[in-house]
Amino acid sequence: MRTLSPTRSVKDVRLAAERVSFRVEPRTLVVCLILILVTAGLVLVSLSVGDYPVPFPEVIESLRGEGSRLADLFVVQRRLPRALVAVVAGIAFGISGAIFQRLTHNPLGSPDVIGFGYGASVGAILVILFYGGGTLETATGAFVGGLIAAIAVYLLAYRSGVNGLRLVLVGIGVSAILIAIINYLVSRADLRDARAATVWIVGSLFERRWGDVQLVGYGLLLLVPITMILSRYLPMLELGDDAAAALGVPLERARLGLVVVAVGLTAIATASTGPIGFVALAAPQLARRLTRSPGAGLTAAGLMGALLLVASDLIARRAVAPSELPVGVVTAGVGGIYLGWLLLAHSRRTR
Amino acid sequence: MTNTLPRRIAGLLLCLALLALAVLLSLAVGARAIPFTEVVDALWHSDGSPEAVIVTTQRVPRTVLGLLIGMALGLAGTVMQALTRNPLADPGLLGVNSGAAAAVVSAISFFGITTAAGYVWFAFAGAAAATVVVYLLGGGGKGPGGPVRLALAGTSIGAVLVAYTYGVQMLDAKALDQFRFWIVGGLSGRDQSVLMDVLPFLIVGIVVALLLSRPLNALSLGEDTGRALGVNLAGTRLASAATVTLLCGAATAAAGPFAFIGLAVPHAARALIGADLRWVLPYAMLLAPVLLLGADVVGRVVITPSELEAGIVTALLGAPVLIALVRRRQVVPL
Repeated sequence: MRTLSPTRSVKDVRLAAERVSFRVEPRTLVVCLILILVTAGLVLVSLSVGDYPVPFPEVIESLRGEGSRLADLFVVQRRLPRALVAVVAGIAFGISGAIFQRLTHNPLGSPDVIGFGYGASVGAILVILFYGGGTLETATGAFVGGLIAAIAVYLLAYRSGVNGLRLVLVGIGVSAILIAIINYLVSRADLRDARAATVWIVGSLFERRWGDVQLVGYGLLLLVPITMILSRYLPMLELGDDAAAALGVPLERARLGLVVVAVGLTAIATASTGPIGFVALAAPQLARRLTRSPGAGLTAAGLMGALLLVASDLIARRAVAPSELPVGVVTAGVGGIYLGWLLLAHSRRTR
Repeated sequence: MTNTLPRRIAGLLLCLALLALAVLLSLAVGARAIPFTEVVDALWHSDGSPEAVIVTTQRVPRTVLGLLIGMALGLAGTVMQALTRNPLADPGLLGVNSGAAAAVVSAISFFGITTAAGYVWFAFAGAAAATVVVYLLGGGGKGPGGPVRLALAGTSIGAVLVAYTYGVQMLDAKALDQFRFWIVGGLSGRDQSVLMDVLPFLIVGIVVALLLSRPLNALSLGEDTGRALGVNLAGTRLASAATVTLLCGAATAAAGPFAFIGLAVPHAARALIGADLRWVLPYAMLLAPVLLLGADVVGRVVITPSELEAGIVTALLGAPVLIALVRRRQVVPL
């Protein structure tokens, strides 16, 4: 089992007298580096453009703490936190999407499978309708709503173990109830609240500040190491339950652990941006096709998610300037077109 | 297998009885409850009494609409899941619902159309156009990775259309105000002429879907086995996709999107009867309208004098049933 297929180049890296060893796929490494560079470039661009354009040299000065007060206000106080929230939330969505797709063996799998996004929407809409909805209150409502939905789905699907298909089906059922509640609330609310609720459901990055960055940043720092540890079970779980058990994987604990970190990642991302579901769906698929690896690598998926969200937010801010679109609209548009194009390119190659 | 045949037929008769009950209830229950005897009288010979007028002019069209749409969605969902071999596939997966929604929101925002009768052809055209694009992009679902590609193509086109739909709503508050009522599927206030418009499509779709059970069964055994059994694979896929578009496009045009029925009823039918499509299709065809009409009846009485849309009640009633079925029985894979 040194390499899965002879045509794929995989390097084994061994350090400290073989006490630490891991494998590197050169293509994946290159793709990840390119994703990071492109994302960094897009962040710089998004710091520069806007209703008050700041030229690149001044952006750099501001970042080093030497800019004018006006440039500081726009670059450091307004645009940087917004871009960082996009990066961090994108990473979180991408990783959690990859985990769910591999756990459920289904390319349509996403955190929404377990009803999280819809639960979060119901929570947020209730807060918007009955408490007027500040950013923090809405985020809290979303967090609580999503968590309740996810726990309910997991418990309802649990029957001496969780079967992937049963989890999916129970998730469909619970999601349907939640969607019905969302549609009901939006159709009965007055138009102003309906609009606020719709903006939240679509997902937006309006008015994100440093407090929001801290919230998602700490969450990610906490969850990513745990994800890294648990992710080694994923390839074995993909072989099927029997084979995985034979290889010594603690099935239920591994699966529960992975679901918990994936839901946690979705939770912090959703609380800060709204349920931008399509990132979690598209990022792993895009990353998988770029790296040409058999399963969606978590790192590449996370970086792809960040790129997708930063690029989308840039377009959302500028496409209909001086007005703004919610980023979720653009994410689905951009991601959808890109995924469609990849499918088309793939069909040309195989023909 | 022989001893299961009578049970399966008995089950089918039971479904039929449930459907008859749902139809009767749908004719009798409402803001003005009408006894069953008077309902039957009104159906045979309308005596011009207020009750008879209500039954013949309001409840009968509404019930027929629910009956046909339910059948269409149940069949479309089953065919869709068999075609993509994906339990997450709903009839909207080929882009039918999102295409219809995008066309309707355009009709509202750019052409100022505000009546259900005006939406119908927009919805139908949008549904058909979206399906054609998805089908071509998904490569017709052929080859080993075909079903996955078809599903992904549907998801990506669907996402683009949903994004467009939301974008228009964000920039045009008037469109949001209209659209949020259309998106909640329901049977009330739908025009009778709408039903007549889509009726031919529904009937053709229902017949073709039932005829597809054998080739789809063979297809579910895998490409090679299917071909060895003499099934025309490309033809079956094309016919399935066309049928789903006919059924789901017509249903969505007439009553708005009902996502849940097409998704859940096939799973319920499989939990009851197994994976054989020759049985799953008729079961789904009978059970789906039971769910839809039942939801419509409940929606009429829970918050009288106002009504709760059938699209909402469907999910609230149907989802617990689905969850209970999934928990109690073995999950039947496709």
